[in-house]
Amino acid sequence: MNIIEVNHLTKYYGKARGIDDVSFQVNEGEIFGFIGPNGAGKSTTIRLLLSLIHPTSGSATIFGRDCVKFGPEIRREIGYLPSEVFYYDRMRVIDLLNYSASFFPGDHTERMHKLAALMELELNRRIEDLSYGNRKKVGIVQGLLHQPRLLFLDEPTAGLDPLMQHKFFQLIREENKQGVTVFFSSHILGEVQRMCNRVAIIKEGRIIETADIRTLQRNNYKKVQVVAENLSASCFDLPGVTNLERLGGAVRFFYKGDINDVVRRIGEQKVSDVTIEEPTLEEIFMHYYE
Amino acid sequence: MAMNIFRHEFRTNLRSVFIWSASIAVLIIVFESLFLSFAQQAELLNKAMANFPPQLLTAFGLNGVDLSTVLGFFGYTFLFVQICLAIQAANYGFSLVSVEEREWTADFLLTKPIKRTRILTSKLLAALCGLAITNLVVWAASFGSISLFKGDKSYDAAALFLLLASIALFQLFFFFVGLLISLMVKRIRSVMPYSMELAFGMYVLSVFGDMLGTSVLEKITPFKHFEPNYIIQNGRFDLPLVLICVLVTMISLVSSYMLYVKRDIPSVA
Repeated sequence: MNIIEVNHLTKYYGKARGIDDVSFQVNEGEIFGFIGPNGAGKSTTIRLLLSLIHPTSGSATIFGRDCVKFGPEIRREIGYLPSEVFYYDRMRVIDLLNYSASFFPGDHTERMHKLAALMELELNRRIEDLSYGNRKKVGIVQGLLHQPRLLFLDEPTAGLDPLMQHKFFQLIREENKQGVTVFFSSHILGEVQRMCNRVAIIKEGRIIETADIRTLQRNNYKKVQVVAENLSASCFDLPGVTNLERLGGAVRFFYKGDINDVVRRIGEQKVSDVTIEEPTLEEIFMHYYE
Repeated sequence: MAMNIFRHEFRTNLRSVFIWSASIAVLIIVFESLFLSFAQQAELLNKAMANFPPQLLTAFGLNGVDLSTVLGFFGYTFLFVQICLAIQAANYGFSLVSVEEREWTADFLLTKPIKRTRILTSKLLAALCGLAITNLVVWAASFGSISLFKGDKSYDAAALFLLLASIALFQLFFFFVGLLISLMVKRIRSVMPYSMELAFGMYVLSVFGDMLGTSVLEKITPFKHFEPNYIIQNGRFDLPLVLICVLVTMISLVSSYMLYVKRDIPSVA
């Protein structure tokens, strides 16, 4: 079942582009990565799904129900960790968490304390006295305490030290094992690569690729480097070759297509070294953005 | 209404309600404590005032006011109370929703499983409770200080009752107009300038209306809808004007709900 289904979702702020004709699906139980640089439309998409803002056109469903019409019902089972966390400054952490919990049916005290202990969050301090990282921890506990079925993480690791990031990722994986679907938006590819099953890549408001992360790495692109005498770059003038560059006696490029074509071309040369490897997500990403 | 939001909002607001109420009460008491010394020299004062150009008197709202009577004096000083009440109510209206967007807490509240109309209703009621408290304090301070400082003079309690009864509608006007304006602009960086402008703007309109002798401006401003002098001298409201005030308030209320439900909440970056 698709937990999230986005159909031709478009958002313009006056004339300024938010996102343009975005469509994708998120399956139940997966960790779905949403990558793109700042300003590409990641937050806009999340804010549309949470109905903090309203679409110019298109629609989206969560749990099979329309985001705008059934907002309150849907949000009962959603946890949201925004990229920048801001809370009522004069409240104490515990009061804020209780206030947050009061919007959801049931008693969440035990889970709240468990999460707070895990994230090493002091409950009696005032929000205004907290460092950026500690605020983020409040956000994490706040987003998880009502046991949501779907989690929106918007640049979740900014401000967390590496140790906490590690704990946080473990926590998210644990939640995911319990069946929680995660929508993970980030511009840090390493963490997406580590966490996600599938990714969508967004650029200037449009989705340019949605794929399984392994497929994206393994099947689509190869990073090829050939070292040979008298090598001219033009001999790799094939469809599917991109980012061709010369480095001394070597030629480097990305290739997408039938690998035999490239191997045949390489065979025609008198090569001294060849490497064909999977590009990192980083490189795929850079490739999309050139 | 959602009780948790109401409680949160009311608590957040309480300090401000207390400060405003106390300040206005002090203002009333200080003014009233001056009454007897004014009244004793009323003849001198009235004579001096008769020599002022009428435009000047109008500008200070003193035209046709007899400061030697209990309510004449109270009605005049009540103008300043009205200005304070207007600023307070406008303040609460302007900040009701905008404060969450200015301090970026709107994301927290609006991602909770609750309809925006319910959020707005709960916030509204909490703010209105605050205004009601101030209202009650003004009643108490008015009756208290008048009976304390009126000396052996008597006054028409019914007229005073009527004047104080106007406070609620007066507050509601500034509250809802403030709220509506706050929802029509993209972002309010600081509430105070807006509420000062609205309150003093309305006051100035009423003064200009007097000086120019036009009746158009007075249709807009609550300082005219509930002019203390008129209420005290006639012992009744100027009903058509009050209806205009109520109408504007209602329109602002309904439009505010419509705008809030459709509002795009700005994001941090």
